[in-house]
Amino acid sequence: MLAVSLSVGRFSISLAELISLLWAAASGTTAHAPDNADIVLFNIRGPRIVAAFTVGAALAAAGAAYQNLFRNPLVSPDILGVSSGAALGAVVGIFLSLPVVMIQGLAFAGGLLAVCAIYTIGERIRSHDPVLTLVLAGVVIGSLLGSGVALTKYLADPYNQLPAITYWLLGSFAGVTRSDLAIALPVIAIAMLPLILLRWRINLLALPDDEARALGLNVPRTRLIVIAAATLMTAASVAICGIIGWIGLVVPHAVRLLVGAEFSRLLPLAMIIGGTFMLAIDTLGRTIAQIEIPPGVLTAAVGTPVFIWLMTATLRRRA
Amino acid sequence: MIRPLCLLSIVWLFAGLAGARDFTDDAGRVIKLPDRIERVYAAGPPASVLVLALAPDKLIGWTRAFRANEQAFLPTKYAELAELGRLTGRGNTANSEVVLKARADLIIDIGATGGTYVSLADRVQAETGIPYILLDGRLATLPQQIEKLGRIVGAEARAKELAGYTARTFDDIQSRLAKIPAERRPDVLYARGPQGLVTGLGGSINVEMLEWIGAKNVASGQLGNGLAQIGFEQVVLWNPQVVITNDPNFFREVWAKPEWAVIRAVRDKRVYLSPNLPFGWFDYPPGANRLIGLKWLANLLYPGEFKYDLAKEVETFYTMFYLQKPSVEQVAKILGEPGVLPK
Repeated sequence: MLAVSLSVGRFSISLAELISLLWAAASGTTAHAPDNADIVLFNIRGPRIVAAFTVGAALAAAGAAYQNLFRNPLVSPDILGVSSGAALGAVVGIFLSLPVVMIQGLAFAGGLLAVCAIYTIGERIRSHDPVLTLVLAGVVIGSLLGSGVALTKYLADPYNQLPAITYWLLGSFAGVTRSDLAIALPVIAIAMLPLILLRWRINLLALPDDEARALGLNVPRTRLIVIAAATLMTAASVAICGIIGWIGLVVPHAVRLLVGAEFSRLLPLAMIIGGTFMLAIDTLGRTIAQIEIPPGVLTAAVGTPVFIWLMTATLRRRA
Repeated sequence: MIRPLCLLSIVWLFAGLAGARDFTDDAGRVIKLPDRIERVYAAGPPASVLVLALAPDKLIGWTRAFRANEQAFLPTKYAELAELGRLTGRGNTANSEVVLKARADLIIDIGATGGTYVSLADRVQAETGIPYILLDGRLATLPQQIEKLGRIVGAEARAKELAGYTARTFDDIQSRLAKIPAERRPDVLYARGPQGLVTGLGGSINVEMLEWIGAKNVASGQLGNGLAQIGFEQVVLWNPQVVITNDPNFFREVWAKPEWAVIRAVRDKRVYLSPNLPFGWFDYPPGANRLIGLKWLANLLYPGEFKYDLAKEVETFYTMFYLQKPSVEQVAKILGEPGVLPK
């Protein structure tokens, strides 16, 4: 997938030229390739591929962790408002005509702040079912943030800002550059670590709280760590490429159909499949036409039939 | 035989009472104009711009309030008219009640005249009883728009002056364009948005100026006729000779971005920022405000053939259409913004 994705694109680079370019970069010589092929490969297509794979993996991992934590297969990474918060941050950034870096920063901060607010509210309300409280707080605050986005769109200059907002909310990897990756990649990697290290404990979160406690798990602390990690990953992803749905909800689900609910098996496979799927979608989106097809359009259009097929195949087998 | 006659006489009677005259608008709708038109509601910015230019005292408000830096270019009493919201296009913010409350005699919309706009116009007209006129807003028909609007609002002399200026501008540019061979017409990318990766496809209102002025829009020949997201690889393939943007942040950042450095327009320092005070010069709003942009664009795209003195042209156009001679500082502010003129 990686090789295919590297060699296809609007700018055609053959496999031989690709190898030549990679070898040239490694050895410091000049390659036999068309002009600008190196720029396309290392500054445009390369970063974009890395971004697509990483974001896909991060969203799928966050989704898998959340579905475990909330004991609900219908949960996606934005259940605690990270996407709505990031959307509001970015939309306000565009409204204020800020530079791209600031828009991304606001999106990241918005995502984190939204989750902090929701988590704090969830903690304050002492109830016998803290998970349900969190979800409810998430839904309510999420829709409040959504109305903030709608208000900003309404106030925005309909000619210049509104289109920019619309395109940002559609999500795209078209604008991802190396400097974006240099910031987002470490954040995602660091956030990924606790999920991988704590995969056994996260598995126990799927049990009712008292059972998990009986097995020696510090439930609130593990829950907090999972939320923090998933939020960081999702917020960093959304900041560089806008809102991308579907992957975080459906990929973990599909993987669960394949390997079962055991989180330690679910997580790595969800990351690989999420990343590969996102990469495939983005490769398609940037090659089939001169203009870009938004990933959100393709993920659902391509993913839905695959998912239905998977569901019928596995569920029928089990029955 | 009696019935039709009867009907006819009733119609004639009513027409006589109201003193109405018929006007066929550009969507082919026949509209009875009231005898006295004192209060005109412009349904969108292109209409606002022309009503201001032709009959400012009949304009009852703006679709959107001006920001402070825009306001300074218009006579205060017109710039401070109420914000009424808009009836058409993106982000409708007015409703029929607003128009009624504003006691408009006439509603005018200039722009697209397709089915959506016709049905909207018919609905508002039926709800409010206020005549609603649709005029075709394409750039090439600007002189006709001005003359038609002049007849509607009773400003024929003023319309003749402005339509004459517009037609002379068109003729002057087109006659010189005719001598420019195809190979000397540059490939142009219109780069919108903070990352410059949204562009106008062929036939879109956003790149109408490029098409009119005979430049090659690199993104023409695509499916659709609106805005679209593009990837950077495609920009490398297109390798435009000139980039026009509407985003000051993009203009500032494009010079430092390694991936843009390979594009011909960036290497040749031919990335330009379109001015937007008090209205945009390049695409939005798609109205008479773009007329000054044509001269600006002609200078940029064909520097050998066009050498308009822009300071003078801005002064003439702004005085004529925006009813106030801009100060030397105001002209300098528009033209001195980095990226507006070649260095």
